Amino acid sequence: MAQMKFMCDAERCIECNGCVTACKNANDVEWGIQRRRVVTLNDGEADEMSISVACMHCDDAPCMAVCPTDCFYKTDDGIVLHDKDLCIGCGYCLYACPFGAPQFPQQDAFGERGKMDKCTFCAGGPAESKEEEYEKYGSNRIAEGKLPLCAEMCSTKALLAGDAQDVADIFRQRVVHRGHKDGAWSNNPQASADNLAYDAAHKG
Amino acid sequence: MNLLTAQAPGGVPRSGKGLALGICRFMLVALALVLSLGFTQVAAAQADPDREMTTAAPGITADQWRQVRSGETGPNYRDSRADSNYSLINSSGETWREIRNRWVSPFGLIAVFGMAALIALFYFIVGRKELEAPRTGRLLLRWTLMKRALHWTVATLFIILALTGMTLLFGKFVFRPLFGDGIWAWMIAATKVLHNYLGPIFGILLVILLVSLIKDNIPKKHDWVWFKKGGGMIGKKHVDAGFANGGEKAWYWLLATVGILVIASGFVLDFPNFDQSRDTMQWANIIHAVGALGLTAISLGHIYIGTLGTEGALEGMTMGYVDETWAKEHHNLWYEEVKDQTLSEQEVAARKSSGGSSEPSATRTS
Repeated sequence: MAQMKFMCDAERCIECNGCVTACKNANDVEWGIQRRRVVTLNDGEADEMSISVACMHCDDAPCMAVCPTDCFYKTDDGIVLHDKDLCIGCGYCLYACPFGAPQFPQQDAFGERGKMDKCTFCAGGPAESKEEEYEKYGSNRIAEGKLPLCAEMCSTKALLAGDAQDVADIFRQRVVHRGHKDGAWSNNPQASADNLAYDAAHKG
Repeated sequence: MNLLTAQAPGGVPRSGKGLALGICRFMLVALALVLSLGFTQVAAAQADPDREMTTAAPGITADQWRQVRSGETGPNYRDSRADSNYSLINSSGETWREIRNRWVSPFGLIAVFGMAALIALFYFIVGRKELEAPRTGRLLLRWTLMKRALHWTVATLFIILALTGMTLLFGKFVFRPLFGDGIWAWMIAATKVLHNYLGPIFGILLVILLVSLIKDNIPKKHDWVWFKKGGGMIGKKHVDAGFANGGEKAWYWLLATVGILVIASGFVLDFPNFDQSRDTMQWANIIHAVGALGLTAISLGHIYIGTLGTEGALEGMTMGYVDETWAKEHHNLWYEEVKDQTLSEQEVAARKSSGGSSEPSATRTS
């Protein structure tokens, strides 16, 4: 089976927030929740860099390990999904998640958290009917043979989604291209220090 | 050039050939200049990748990733999510997970069930502590109705909170496979609501209880002796104790320190609407779990000694009065202070029927 992964090429991300909008649109995410976010480091400086972040569908997912209700499960495609019927809004997945992916609607008193919402890799979630699935988790594009809309709509193809092997292959090609001296797109001192990409380009 | 030839006769009709040629030359030179500039630029770009690297957007350096990992966010950090105060990577999350899942969970379970096992063992080997002398039938007021009501409310809440708290930590291993998803979903949701709403009530009542009992629980010199003699178990002789003995005082001060920590950390977790950070809640969770599991384990000792373990102890907390013999044997210093205030069973019954709880507040002094 496939092992689905996201990967954001930070050297390509232009902070357009198209992925954020695409996600909200594809999944009809409720008000106040934003499954994907774009983080910009050193905004306005010469070394500014942006990266799009959402649930990364970890192999060893911390959210799954700490959930008191055991509401998380992993699909055969390696996608981490959760059952909103079991979620009690304790917030533990948020404490554990490295990417700040879990979010909680706050409609109740005392800041009590509602049922957790996070990126589903556009794979929906457990439900009786398609309508219920859409209502609770958003669209199930994976079932239709499509990839997550955020990556599909990324204008610079910074955000990649798909089988880990395919994503890795695409990224490796980019690194090889950038690492080539005439490519001139990477100034990564580490890359030029170990010269891996450069060597690969010359051997290839 | 077509444009030039067309313009020359029209634009400058009487200037002659010389001027037209001059303009023509000027245009040619200008064109050559522009073209050559373009060519040199393209040539420079193709020939010198190192120079282009200096003008291209720089890549991401190891230092930047190190900064990300540290979780520090400078003034030029942006997050497109509304109201987000998250760093890019929550690296303390894994630490929290390790502490909670590897240490707190298993050792909490060992502490609580280990304590229960030890108490059971103690009961079967040593057995119940009976009164040595026969009861005199004369009674002493030990706990006023107010304090009893407070104690039992706090005790009930404590037990509910301990059970729901342990369900939050261990329930998924037991009840989900046992009952199935339907019942488990309902059960764990109720568990969280009970825990989160009864918690603050417990906190407030425990503070009131602690304040009302502080006078009886100031540590004294004889409490140290009490501990050295193991509460009378070493040497098989009665040890001095005031209204509260050394063990009771230790339980009091555990609640007054660890208990308050558990309550404070509970409030941090229960009300996430005060912008406290994830890191704060991670630590609050660890403090809460360690403190609460510890208190739960020790509370089993308190419950055992107060009920099964000691003859005559429970009636003080249920009826309010204890037998003179019990007071003499377990709290001799207190007995010396109040021995002239003993009542017969009839007098106690008369008091209770006349005024319910009414008893003179001066019946006992600390």
